[in-house]
Amino acid sequence: MMAETSKKRTLRELLLTSDAAISVMVVLLGFICGTVLIVCVGRNPVGMYKAILQVLTGFNIDRHRFYIRYVGEWLATSMPFILCGLSMAFAARSGLFNIGGEGQYVVGMTVAQIFALLGPQVSVLHWILALVLAMVGGACWGGIVGWLKARFEVSEVVATIMLNYIALYGSRILIMGLPGTNTYKTPDFPETAILKSQFLAKLTQGSMLNYGIIFVILSVIAYWFIMEKTRLGFGLRATGFNKDAARASGIPVVRSIVLSMAIAGAFAGLGGGIVALGSFRYGRVLAGNDGYGFAGIAVALVGNNTAVGTLLAGLLFGMLSSAQPLMESNRIPKEITFIIQGLVVVFIAIRVGFRIFIRYSMKKKAQREAVSNG
Amino acid sequence: MDSIFGKIPTILMLVSPILITATGGMICERSGVVNIALEGLMVFGAFAAATAHFFLEPTLGPSSVWVALCIGSLFGLMFSYIHAFASISLNADQTVSGTGINLLANGVTIFLAQIFFKQDRTKQFMLGMMPGPGGIYPTAWIALGVLTVVWFALYKRPFGLRLRACGENPQAAASVGINVRGIRYVAVLASGFLAGLAGSCLVLTTNTQFNSTTVNGHGFIALAVVSFGRWKPLGIGGASLLFGTALAFSIIASDYSALRSLPTEVFNIMPYAITLLTLVIFSGKNYAPLAAGKPYEKGAS
Amino acid sequence: MDSIAIEMLGITKTFPGVVANDHVDLSVRENEVHALLGENGAGKSTLMSILFGSYDPDEGTIKIRGKEVKIKDPNAATALGIGMVHQHFKLVNNYTVTENIVLGIESRDRFGMLDLKTAEKRVAEISERYGLSVNPRDKIEDISVGMQQRVEILKTLYRNADILILDEPSAVLTPQEIDELMDIIRRLKQEGKTIILITHKLKEIKAVAERCTVLRRGKYIGTVNVSDVSEEEMAEMMVGRSIKFEIDKEPAKPGDVILKIENLNVRTARGVHGVRNLSIDVRSGEIVGIAGVDGNGQTELIYAITGLARAESGTITVNGKDVTRMNVKERIVAGIGHVPEDRHRHGLVLDFTVGENFALKSYDRAPFSSSFGVLDSGAIASHATDLISEYDIRAGEGASMKARNMSGGNQQKVIIAREIDLSPDLLVVAQPTRGLDVGAIEYIRKRIVAERDKGRAVLLVSFELDEIMNLCDRIAIISKGEIVGTFNEGEVDEQQIGFMMAGSKKETVLKERS
Repeated sequence: MMAETSKKRTLRELLLTSDAAISVMVVLLGFICGTVLIVCVGRNPVGMYKAILQVLTGFNIDRHRFYIRYVGEWLATSMPFILCGLSMAFAARSGLFNIGGEGQYVVGMTVAQIFALLGPQVSVLHWILALVLAMVGGACWGGIVGWLKARFEVSEVVATIMLNYIALYGSRILIMGLPGTNTYKTPDFPETAILKSQFLAKLTQGSMLNYGIIFVILSVIAYWFIMEKTRLGFGLRATGFNKDAARASGIPVVRSIVLSMAIAGAFAGLGGGIVALGSFRYGRVLAGNDGYGFAGIAVALVGNNTAVGTLLAGLLFGMLSSAQPLMESNRIPKEITFIIQGLVVVFIAIRVGFRIFIRYSMKKKAQREAVSNG
Repeated sequence: MDSIFGKIPTILMLVSPILITATGGMICERSGVVNIALEGLMVFGAFAAATAHFFLEPTLGPSSVWVALCIGSLFGLMFSYIHAFASISLNADQTVSGTGINLLANGVTIFLAQIFFKQDRTKQFMLGMMPGPGGIYPTAWIALGVLTVVWFALYKRPFGLRLRACGENPQAAASVGINVRGIRYVAVLASGFLAGLAGSCLVLTTNTQFNSTTVNGHGFIALAVVSFGRWKPLGIGGASLLFGTALAFSIIASDYSALRSLPTEVFNIMPYAITLLTLVIFSGKNYAPLAAGKPYEKGAS
Repeated sequence: MDSIAIEMLGITKTFPGVVANDHVDLSVRENEVHALLGENGAGKSTLMSILFGSYDPDEGTIKIRGKEVKIKDPNAATALGIGMVHQHFKLVNNYTVTENIVLGIESRDRFGMLDLKTAEKRVAEISERYGLSVNPRDKIEDISVGMQQRVEILKTLYRNADILILDEPSAVLTPQEIDELMDIIRRLKQEGKTIILITHKLKEIKAVAERCTVLRRGKYIGTVNVSDVSEEEMAEMMVGRSIKFEIDKEPAKPGDVILKIENLNVRTARGVHGVRNLSIDVRSGEIVGIAGVDGNGQTELIYAITGLARAESGTITVNGKDVTRMNVKERIVAGIGHVPEDRHRHGLVLDFTVGENFALKSYDRAPFSSSFGVLDSGAIASHATDLISEYDIRAGEGASMKARNMSGGNQQKVIIAREIDLSPDLLVVAQPTRGLDVGAIEYIRKRIVAERDKGRAVLLVSFELDEIMNLCDRIAIISKGEIVGTFNEGEVDEQQIGFMMAGSKKETVLKERS
């Protein structure tokens, strides 16, 4: 009798305390709420799920046909989500709340665009260098925040948001200053700068999937390796958990914070570069934020700041985003994806409370048992 | 000389929403809860007010502005309840739950706009709020009134003494029987109400419709105002004037020939750059309420 | 006929993993001073928290003056006339004395406005009546710890408490302030109050208490008349066996000077001078103790030595090397070990495993890291396993156990093991046995002496005078940031140390003795 109850308890404990399980539940909850919302405004939620199915597998239920192109688009769209998620996650593991992914992404995009138009037109090398410089740009933008925090104790929450706006308007000024640019686009990129892959495009029947995906996979691996397997990662994790103990142990906290924000910025900057050179043939004068940076927050939270989790969560959000046009044609407003995003973040915030609630109810149970055991 | 005074109505128009939001932020932080969601709550309020005014204007005429203000405030109040529940009752990370609301705000408002107006912005209303004597919008007086009432409540009423104690040392407050959770709820809801009010004021004075760039970071600027103003009413008043002036510059600049040649983006950047600079120069961590941002655990010593 | 003021019968309270109170009985007579004795973790604070309404008991009843009551929160306790003076003061630092006292029961004028003038008057009256002199307008952050404690007592008297619970009140006071506290307790008894004194200090129980209830590991051991028992007998009841107050140690064999501090000045976080013109030496093979009341510069001194705070001026030399401008890492390499005062803040990363905590100061070198910066988790784990067995650390899951889940005593052992394992020439130890049970305390003190015998220089800071007098070969007394006297073991007694802690200079004190 005792053995049974204890086995049952451990399964429920596992379900409710495993971070992965909670993330899955939160996402499901977000979808449920989204579905309810759609029903409340009088549209048919099946349209949303049909669109999702087509994006994930390419299979169109109404026409009974596979369109692999959609899968390619899904993967292509996921790239900036994953990278911006890695950006937020990396900083979070070091104890920093980086909501400046948007600005770091914009800086990366801007640098990539400028180098595409002004840099040497050597095939392959051109776009690789552009991406590398995009990473550097993002790293600088993130590093500033780290420095302000470490040196002046300026909250990274407010600093990153200010820098987001400064990046947006700054980008406009710089891009519009390029020769031949009007108020919304630059001249076309030279072929050597465009991130395109014949091979991948053919594989997915004409989608936008490009070599950026390799960079994304490398980034995920790099994230995991740096965090878990290097002494840099050890120091960052220690700082993230307990800045005072890290300092008292000789870990260079100021340097760690700056480095962490710089690496985080590099991830987001890479995302901006990939979108700039992979999704467009010309440079854009940004009228507003693309939103990947903010979505990255949700991605990292759902992915629980781990490498694999962020990858999966990024794919999830990429899926939601690339399903938008299909949803529109099924009369579902595309904003539902933003709503699900927001709900997910709120629910994740509650996850901590969830955990406390579970600990509390387990406490009560343990008490009752202890007292009855005398 | 005269031209500068002539700019005052414009400046006050932008100062008022910031001051109202910052006052709410101050109440909230003095009670121990950091409210990053002020931006999102302003968005909710602005959307609600713009929508309400559009629908009510034909029937109620100019007085529908006041109804719209109330509705906007209530929307702010409603959504701040989510943040209150998450961070007070469930001890969630206050930054995360606040960010969640900001993300939600962008999504929900545009979503509803699509539903109501079939476009990603509200339909334009005829007339917003009308300026009063001297060209100054009534929102300036509302802002002043709010600040005065809050100052009074915080420093002259027992409630204010208790609220401030919750932000400095919630264990001490609890040990004398104060309901820390309850007071924090009130503070967060009040800040939501005020942020909604501010968003409504913003949309009804600066624009004729709500879109995704209506609030544009004013909520975060209000946060910076709170810390720059050292969490005190007088300081916040002064800081709001400073930042509001910076915001107004992009509008005012076109009247000065010397500045006209600069791209508008320079003036767009200014308020954010100034905010950042003041945060650096006045890194006022020493003045923050001691317990701000920390979830309150009962029984912890 | 002595009537019973408080009766707690069969109180049981469990927290996850621990039975804090196990069918405990307590009976306190009207107008008596009753001591509640037990070591750390015995359950005294829990029992009193139940009496004060902070916790609900799982089992048991409470009777106040013969009537059974349920005390569901501190407000209910206050209404019954029970007041609690907490060990860690519950005061708002930037409020005045009056504001702190009236918080929660503010007086209002006819418009409902805060009326501090009336409150101030009443505070002045009460403080006069009970001999607790305070200035009602002072801000808490500006007054001394002893005065802050009086404010805590006034809080209860302002609310008409008849029964006062004092939780470890002497923990933060100098010997002289403790004497004043004893007088206050006697005065309160004169005025008809009933006092429950929670403490583990036997001397104080002997000084003011009439009866004493002893708890051990959550269980009720017995109640005695204080005048009928000796301190040794009470200690034995408290711990369960006869304990040696003294540590066996050989006389010190001091060698070369390892730590040399000259004219050190350090500011506190608030910009006020924490350490003023301080000079001291520590040789290898000796334990030098810094005695003083918390808040007199000890923390700043340790921070300056270990690199956590900047020295304004002066020099700190270790083994001949000037470390004054070095950062923390460089000082660790120079041979400074640190067992910090706040083990959860500076000593451990609670969310790391035990293995990672052991490697906290050495993870970036071989054998834990390769030259390319890659970690060797196998090496970290096996190193941890070695230390766990060598220091007899209770870690249920071994090296991969999260530090958060260990007991306080074992956490402290982890820190000490790590520091000693780095073979520092200078070991700086602050409050090493705070909050630990007697077994852990004994072990740690023995280890410190063992390190001294190995030839290390040990600087010990402690607020427990017994610990200093027991362990140290030389004692320096710090007051307001300055060293006011240095003595060899045996040259001074507690009284004299007490005077110096309060600021008297060495010469004055020694003169008065003769």
